[in-house]
Amino acid sequence: MGRYVIRRLLQMIPVFIGTTFLIFFMVYALGDPVTAMFGDRAPDPATAAQIRRDLNLDKPLWQQYVLYMGNIFTGDFGRAFNGQPVLDLMRSAWPITVRLALLAVLFEMIIGVTLGVVSGLKRGRAVDTGVLFATLVVISIPTFVTGYVLQYLLGVKWGWVTPAVSSGAPWDELILPAVVLALVSLAYTTRLTRTSVAENARADYVRTAVAKGLPRRRITVRHLLRNSLIPVVTFLGIDIGNLMGGAIVTERIFNIQGVGYQLWQGVLRQNAPTVVGFVTVLVIVYLLANLVVDMLYAVLDPRIRYA
Amino acid sequence: MPERYEEKQRADIGTQEAEALPGSDVLQAEAGGLAGTDQPARSLWSDAWQDLRRNPVFVIAGLLILFLIFISLWPSVVATGSPYNCDIANRNLGAESGHPFGFDSQGCDVYNRTVYGARASLTVCTLATLGAAVLGTVLGGLAGYFGGWGDAVLSRITEVFFGIPILLGGLVFLSVIKSGSVWPVIGLIVLLGWPQVARIARGSVITAKQNDYVQAARTLGASTGRIMLRHVLPNAIAPIIVVATIALGTYVALEATLSFLGVGLKPPTISWGSEISTASQQIRNAPHALLWPAGALSLTVLAFIMLGDAVRDALDPKLR
Repeated sequence: MGRYVIRRLLQMIPVFIGTTFLIFFMVYALGDPVTAMFGDRAPDPATAAQIRRDLNLDKPLWQQYVLYMGNIFTGDFGRAFNGQPVLDLMRSAWPITVRLALLAVLFEMIIGVTLGVVSGLKRGRAVDTGVLFATLVVISIPTFVTGYVLQYLLGVKWGWVTPAVSSGAPWDELILPAVVLALVSLAYTTRLTRTSVAENARADYVRTAVAKGLPRRRITVRHLLRNSLIPVVTFLGIDIGNLMGGAIVTERIFNIQGVGYQLWQGVLRQNAPTVVGFVTVLVIVYLLANLVVDMLYAVLDPRIRYA
Repeated sequence: MPERYEEKQRADIGTQEAEALPGSDVLQAEAGGLAGTDQPARSLWSDAWQDLRRNPVFVIAGLLILFLIFISLWPSVVATGSPYNCDIANRNLGAESGHPFGFDSQGCDVYNRTVYGARASLTVCTLATLGAAVLGTVLGGLAGYFGGWGDAVLSRITEVFFGIPILLGGLVFLSVIKSGSVWPVIGLIVLLGWPQVARIARGSVITAKQNDYVQAARTLGASTGRIMLRHVLPNAIAPIIVVATIALGTYVALEATLSFLGVGLKPPTISWGSEISTASQQIRNAPHALLWPAGALSLTVLAFIMLGDAVRDALDPKLR
């Protein structure tokens, strides 16, 4: 296991470099961060040249990238163009988005897997058809539509929740945004669990367990569910990246000042250090999540061993 | 590895498909012998078509999509007037006769704006899916067929693209390209979408090229090009069609989300995403201006997802 983890971590390095370089290229080569600093006015050429020199922007792109990455690994993410260190922005933004994403994943796991197991076991019955129809509808409504509609209905019209999240973003105010963020993935989780459970319910080992006279509950949880979870866990691992991306929309609707909000602001104002810094951390989170998923396989299915 | 499960599934699909062909031939031959008619053998494709025609989900989705194609080709037939004909005096007014969906915050007729919004959505999703499918099939197929260093390079590139959430990549990429037309959006979706198709195409081609009939064709002296186009491709394309059909729906939603965030399609191009974004600022006064385009958007995504589901069920015998 230890050797496997080390090998995987080494394999991540080229992917990490490729992904961050791609984003770096988009922001620094396709866009012009210095012109963006001046907004609509044309910058004074001498000043612009000076800024370019200070920010290493006059060097070739690969050299800029190497310098930038060198700084990151000494803990220096640079400064946003208003002078605020990007690290400070991250310190305030990350805990909020981590809370939001954790709640969303929790909803997906608890509600999605439960619904999936129920409909998978009752395949073809009314419950199953109902769940399938409901998930189909949920998948077709884009996140930003559900966000606004639920915010309008629950927050404005009926007044059950506060429509906008306060700056501290406590757990209870994040429940509705987390539901909105999770909803589409939750529907996918349900469908995936359903297919997997329905397929495994006919497996020999389930018949054996029934024949042994094990209680239904134990068969479902210990035998059936455990074997059906592998594709679901794979999906959840990949989904963490999508949740972070989806947070851009959700955080904008509910005015949550997390990673998505900062990224959106950064992109809007072409604040290159903010964008590249946040995306770099996102990529690391995504890659680590995938590693954790691969290690979970071995926990779920003891036949899978990593040498 | 995360692809282990997918790969296994692909492999299963591949073998079942290969087996389905001779199997159905035998059944048909027997049926033909009994009835005394000489019906031609049914291929996987005509089999799938038979299934689809009888599937109500497919019929409903198909009719909806035909309707959407119709209104995006000839919107003036359905619309009651120009979508650019706005009068600020009508700001946020509700439904009235001749204007069934009411007016938005600029005093534009919401019904006409919604009808004219279909074109952008459909253009983006069909062209983007086509582009991603062709590019992904060619690159993934070649990598799977020839293997070697090209395959290794492609796999690494795919991993790099998988590391970027598509919405995030879209936001960064489109914010530096300031045009608001459909082309950059299509280009972006192709750029970020092809690796998904390539991965499927690669696995599917690897399964197909190991079949006996490919060996037989090679022994008979068929050229590489002929083997690829006549033997491997027809037997590897079903999973690709399934991913591409499912992608149609996700790309409609993606385009709307990008336009909503203000980086996708921009005025004067009418798109449901930017309509919803504008209406969201007035949601307390005029919720109808948000709900109608949102409903049209959701219905379109629903139609494409239902189509994808039906096509998958028809082409993928494992999930039956």
